[in-house]
Amino acid sequence: MFIAVRDLRFARGRFALLGAVIALMTLMVVLLTGLTAGLGAASVSAVAALPVDDISFQRPTDGQQVSFATSSLPAEAVATVAAQPGATAAWALGASTTRLQADGRSATVALLGGDPALYPALRQGQAPAGAEVALTADLAEAQSVSVGDTVAVGGQHVRVAAVVATTSFNHLPVVYTPISTWQNLARTDTITAVASTRDGEASAATDAAGMTTVSRDEAFTAVGGYASEQGSLNLMRGLLLAVSALVVGAFFTVWTMQRGVDLAVVRALGGSRGYLLRDALAQAGIVLLVGAAVGAGAAAGLGAVAARVVPFVLDASTVGVPLAAMVAVGALGAAFSVRRVSTVDPLTALGAAR
Amino acid sequence: MTLTLTDVRLTYPDGDRRLVALDAVNLRITPGELVAVTGPSGSGKSSLLAVAGALTSPESGTVRIEDADVTALDHKGRDRLRRERIGFVFQQANLLASLSALDQLLLVAHLSGASRRPAEARARQLLDRVELGGKAHKRPHQLSGGERQRVGVARALMGTPALLLVDEPTSALDHDRGEAVVSLLRDIAHEQHVATVMVTHDLHYLHLADRTVAMQDGRLAAG
Repeated sequence: MFIAVRDLRFARGRFALLGAVIALMTLMVVLLTGLTAGLGAASVSAVAALPVDDISFQRPTDGQQVSFATSSLPAEAVATVAAQPGATAAWALGASTTRLQADGRSATVALLGGDPALYPALRQGQAPAGAEVALTADLAEAQSVSVGDTVAVGGQHVRVAAVVATTSFNHLPVVYTPISTWQNLARTDTITAVASTRDGEASAATDAAGMTTVSRDEAFTAVGGYASEQGSLNLMRGLLLAVSALVVGAFFTVWTMQRGVDLAVVRALGGSRGYLLRDALAQAGIVLLVGAAVGAGAAAGLGAVAARVVPFVLDASTVGVPLAAMVAVGALGAAFSVRRVSTVDPLTALGAAR
Repeated sequence: MTLTLTDVRLTYPDGDRRLVALDAVNLRITPGELVAVTGPSGSGKSSLLAVAGALTSPESGTVRIEDADVTALDHKGRDRLRRERIGFVFQQANLLASLSALDQLLLVAHLSGASRRPAEARARQLLDRVELGGKAHKRPHQLSGGERQRVGVARALMGTPALLLVDEPTSALDHDRGEAVVSLLRDIAHEQHVATVMVTHDLHYLHLADRTVAMQDGRLAAG
């Protein structure tokens, strides 16, 4: 890195500019990653928290995807799923959107009906039974509701029996209730889906019963808007990474061309092709690592503030993974550009040799 | 170290034919001898340096540096030879813009894998020798043309070369500075027994050379 380090000092303005661009790109990618994870959690954390392997939905019409919004199954579907080879347990699952009113305040909520075994960790109270519900912690706090209070859900009064860990469903806070209460509040005698566990490979036999079974994580896409929301954000991240690779590649292409004579002189002095390549890659690596680290650090700081007002996940994966991705794509762009240093002809140093 | 070129021929592609840069060139330069190579532009002077300096391989003929047949070396062998046994002084000095005068010399040691401390001592000694000890930390843009060329000479000597190849060292210098540089090259060749080939189109400095040869259309003739 003899030349690399001295070049960085000598052309610090140009490299600072590139470093700043990399830092800004990293900042945007890390913020988008945190936002993507945050929005994803706000959309499907209630599904992700279900302690099950599979979820069976009413089979969609051709060309459609499974959906919590449109799926409707008879209560007997639970027994059908439970009877599948390898199934170890099955529970009815209800999902609907309704209104919660408490002491003059109201909120739109997702009402999930099911066995208490499907609820998130209990924080206060006891699992609801009969005309009782469990509120997620954030909802209970926002509505100033405690265990024992009475609230109106879908216009009907129910008692708050428990407060459970916070989850979200389709960007709405969740109210959990037994399936029979859910059917009562949703005014239906059907269920939305069947959640099940198994001890082997998934069985496709539910297809014959008019159902489509998917894994729990595949069921995320059954939540309205999740797939398009995540797809849009991931597309933006992908484009940012691609632009980063192009920017880094373009910079090092121009830089390598500008120092063509210098490189030829080093070759004429006996520097090997490998030496020049290693030196150039080390130079690119330093700029990338410093720029990306500064950008990720700034994003972590901004993310910590943003997490107070928007759905934002700030952890090692939402910072570390995009940081590593930025360095990787930047290195790819740089490697593509600086590979030409190995083809520099030492004859160029003589200038007039031809 | 003696440089011997025997029946060397070098051609370059030129459209759909080949341009003859060197044709039946025979030349022998002994240690401590400064040989000036003159000739008009395009006569093959720089091509002679390129072949002698293992920067390119001739189409036919042999180039020997002492007992080693340069034309038989692969590119790694030629890299090593240039690193360890050949010093180049380029036209316009060709110093690396980001390196100080001292670093220009240390780069040569770095490429050879030499230890930093003794290399720095030798580099400072060489800069003193070319009267630039006080400007060791100046970058090329902070030096005059003559100073840059003297740094180039010091850099060429850093690897203790047995063969010094000098390309138009005075092209960017006025007469006094040019004469100072060529005198320095002659003194070094004599003191350190370095076989030195100096390509020049400037006839004012030929009296400083031990011998002059002229080139015309790729052929060599006694000067």
